[in-house]
Amino acid sequence: MYEDLKNEMLKLLSKNLRLDGRAPTDYREVTVEKGISKNAEGSARVKIGDTEVISGVKMEVIKPYSDSPEDGSMMINVELTSLSSPEFELGPPSIYAVELARITDRGIRESKSIDTKKLCIKKGEAAWMIVVDVCTLNDAGNMFDAVALAALAAMQDAVFPAYDAETGALDYKNKTTEKLPISKSPVTVTVFKYGDHLLLDPTSDEGKVYDARLTITVLENDNICSLQKGGDSAITVEETLKMIELAKQRTKELRSKL
Amino acid sequence: MAYEKRFDGRGFEEIRPMSAKAGVIKRATGSGWFKIGNTEAYAAVYGPREMFPRFKQSAEAGVLRCHYTMMPFSSAGDRVRPGTSRRGKEISAVMERALRPAIDISDFNNSVVDVFVELPQTDAGTRCAAICAASIALADAGIPMKDLVCAISAGKVEDKLLLDLEYNEDSHENGVDIPMAMLHNSKELTLLQMDGEISSEELGKAMELIKGAMDQIYDVMKSALKAKFEVKQE
Repeated sequence: MYEDLKNEMLKLLSKNLRLDGRAPTDYREVTVEKGISKNAEGSARVKIGDTEVISGVKMEVIKPYSDSPEDGSMMINVELTSLSSPEFELGPPSIYAVELARITDRGIRESKSIDTKKLCIKKGEAAWMIVVDVCTLNDAGNMFDAVALAALAAMQDAVFPAYDAETGALDYKNKTTEKLPISKSPVTVTVFKYGDHLLLDPTSDEGKVYDARLTITVLENDNICSLQKGGDSAITVEETLKMIELAKQRTKELRSKL
Repeated sequence: MAYEKRFDGRGFEEIRPMSAKAGVIKRATGSGWFKIGNTEAYAAVYGPREMFPRFKQSAEAGVLRCHYTMMPFSSAGDRVRPGTSRRGKEISAVMERALRPAIDISDFNNSVVDVFVELPQTDAGTRCAAICAASIALADAGIPMKDLVCAISAGKVEDKLLLDLEYNEDSHENGVDIPMAMLHNSKELTLLQMDGEISSEELGKAMELIKGAMDQIYDVMKSALKAKFEVKQE
């Protein structure tokens, strides 16, 4: 479908170039701004070049699940709004939106940054449910990295609303100064493969023609806490290790923006 | 009871601070952003483009289609569940009617002009902010228009008529909320809804209040468009 685009890209990549003049592993400028929505318990705006997403945290008090009466819970949702791209259609979430949300959720969940025991208010009766929604504003590619960074930034910004344990009343208007405890810094970078070339931060056009991708979440100690391979082509073990090295370097820079 | 002083200290006919921008979403054909107080709306226009599903096409003229969505974390209360809601569908429909008289898409048969609105933060007056943002986006997209549509709410709290209700006024038990939209030049109404109880004299006064506020809103919207299309002198 996009054969010409891909051929052009491969031709350029053999000269270490891309359509917008960047080198293969160059990242566009990243900005993170926290506290952009007053009503959310935490929020953030992330821009990677012209890609822009905003995220917000809402906290609810729920009855803990019967199989884990001492745990609160967390959920990450992604809304690929039709506002942000002509390619995002209305209706139930596409597989792309679901995969994005699940990869982001897994990156944060498996980092064990959130101690769900700390979210318990009263065993078997009340616990915090943390819901993070990431909404896209403009899609100019690399949604995987943008969405994950926005989710983490909003969680870092989040404070608990006032809760009266006696009456069970939640007062969203009154925020406490107690921050959501998030102990680590899991940052996600996706490495894309085109022919024999590895590339970071694709534009939306580049994002249509990759052979394979690997989304990697890296912690501040350089350990990896989640992986997801995508795309129709296979990747070798050597390539995988190279991709991980690229991700390790890049996540350090992204983390410094938080 | 008498409503002596507004919750946020404003004058009764004073509008919350407004700001606007055009061209904020690069992927869209045109886009707009409008903020009034703590209520904030993004709008993106896509099209005119081929209408799908096909059976909704009109051979006579283009179709305007609006989609209003509050972001899940935008509200001061519980999380807003994503997906369609009855409220969202109705607001989308009244937005279409509010904007349709301002645009001329008669030559775009079989096509649709899609307007998507997302609100990241809300504090009453969301449909009015949505209409203002959409109006900017339609102009930015180059859709033929004879006027900009400006929208704001008037209302009544206790004994006082006022402009631009914020959340505490909107949800006041003795409150009346009247969101209205007007074509700026002709001052004709294209959106008129109300809930609460009010006399016809008071409603007349509320409509006059809105008429008087049109220029303020229009200026903010016009400046946003001018700022985008202004040619910088070297």
